[in-house]
Amino acid sequence: MSERLDVRKTYKLFIGGAFPRSESGRTYEVADAKGRFAANASKASRKDGRDAVTAARKAFGGWSKRTPYNRGQILYRVAEVLEGRRDQLVAEVRAAEGVSEKRAGAIVDAAVDTWVWYAGWADKLSQVTGNANQVNGPFFNLTAPEPTGVVVIAAPQDSSLLGLVEVLAPVLLSGNTAVVVSSLARPLPAITLSEILSTSDVPGGVVNVLTGDIAEIGPWLAGHLDVNALDLTGVDDADVARELEVEAAVNLKRVLRPGTPTAQSLARITPFLEHKTVWHPIGV
Amino acid sequence: MTKTLTAGLDRLPGVDQVGLEARAAALSTRSIKTTSKQWAIDLAISMVDLTTLEGADTPGKVRALATKALRPDPTDPTCPSAAAVCVYPDMVPFVREVVGDRLHVASVATAFPSGRAPLDIKLADVAAAVAAGADEVDMVIDRGAFLAGDLATVHEQIVAVKQACGSAHLKVILETGELQTYDNVRRASWLAMDAGADFIKTSTGKVQPAATLPVTLLMLEAVRDYRIATGRQVGVKPAGGIRTSKDAIKYLVVVNEVAGEDWLDPDWFRFGASSLLNDLLLQRQKMLTGRYSGPDYVTLD
Repeated sequence: MSERLDVRKTYKLFIGGAFPRSESGRTYEVADAKGRFAANASKASRKDGRDAVTAARKAFGGWSKRTPYNRGQILYRVAEVLEGRRDQLVAEVRAAEGVSEKRAGAIVDAAVDTWVWYAGWADKLSQVTGNANQVNGPFFNLTAPEPTGVVVIAAPQDSSLLGLVEVLAPVLLSGNTAVVVSSLARPLPAITLSEILSTSDVPGGVVNVLTGDIAEIGPWLAGHLDVNALDLTGVDDADVARELEVEAAVNLKRVLRPGTPTAQSLARITPFLEHKTVWHPIGV
Repeated sequence: MTKTLTAGLDRLPGVDQVGLEARAAALSTRSIKTTSKQWAIDLAISMVDLTTLEGADTPGKVRALATKALRPDPTDPTCPSAAAVCVYPDMVPFVREVVGDRLHVASVATAFPSGRAPLDIKLADVAAAVAAGADEVDMVIDRGAFLAGDLATVHEQIVAVKQACGSAHLKVILETGELQTYDNVRRASWLAMDAGADFIKTSTGKVQPAATLPVTLLMLEAVRDYRIATGRQVGVKPAGGIRTSKDAIKYLVVVNEVAGEDWLDPDWFRFGASSLLNDLLLQRQKMLTGRYSGPDYVTLD
């Protein structure tokens, strides 16, 4: 019997719940940690970025209007599916980051735990960051957190799975939708995460994943007037980060600067919130 | 209607459906970029009949829409106005009040959108629209009569409505989504032009499918051939379902390639649309600023 042929995969982008090729038709070769061919990935262009923002904006209404409890349940479901595909993720993290099997297992476990931790925050956030304010008059005065809108995330370049989860989950739980530019050299765990998101209950468009170069498509996304916030955690190059911050200033986007710690924390959730205060007369 | 016209309509060649759709698809792959795109977007904006035809239309909403048609992008004085505002007859005075004589005011009439009313009521509808200040009337043909083969009735009604219009321009809505075949679209186009239509319009926007590229191409062929045969130029207005700048530019390419440059003018080609204008404005802002714009920067209709 002849030897079996390799199935050489070409992965696609994740936009609006579908897996389209890049509008530009470009792909690039992804190597594993030892430099061997791992797969082909689509190389996103600025127009893919534009399409992703449109999809994220379209999904924002539905996602942000779900009850926080329901969002928490959906995100917990994602953690369940992550756990169910643990073996695949361990193999991919091993190949991408060149770590031992034991270490890769620990990374995947940490990613699942992080996801569960943030899922739990969905219906507890308003109790912590919201408030019933004391005012001088017969009014209820309530401050409540609301999602800021469409958030563009530059995912960490080295930590391809855990780093991605650490920046993505805190954006989603409050009702934001996201456009993620994955690690350029290690995009495969991000692609697997998109497959997981598309087969859990997350509505299409809530998360959009672009594999490609943040230096190329970042300025278009940072200058996009329909983007509300920018997370630059994964931008390693100081010049690129500076350019993106300048572009983001055009319509005063919220910006999380490079080097912000990624460990699970309330401080990763609050930058993507807006706090609304309402007055209501007592006794009416 | 004369017997010669009936015979003439019967002698119109059948439409090659596959060829027509292939031609429309081929023309829609043209790439229009940079300065050409900028020119096309401005032209498309100036061709929009900004439309609201809802039961829930209020004077306030209509006034806001009329203001938007005058100055689609209030932040940019170089942005052209739309061509006209298209409303129901009872809303015409509110539009006139805002636009004065700076824009055309189009009114649908003749028991829009179904056209199912006695002729005298249709004519009264038209007279009311014109009296209220409409200088363009969008009528619907009697599709029931057309499909039953009673072309004479359809023809007579268009002639009567044209008479009731006086000096107002008459646009005849064929409602191509209900005509079943391309052959019927061709026949209805010639029928309407012969009866005196100043414009032929694809659809009411209330029936799916509304305007499609092949149907518009077919109607553009009809107006081109009609001008060759009679010397009179008739305009074309696709309406309904055109929502993106990309679509609008495809239509302009088809206009240029099929009918010719003479029709690339708001007097001879219009888009019946509402959401299209916002997308054109977003694209225009993108071309001018180099940044993608968003729906926060245009008005909600």
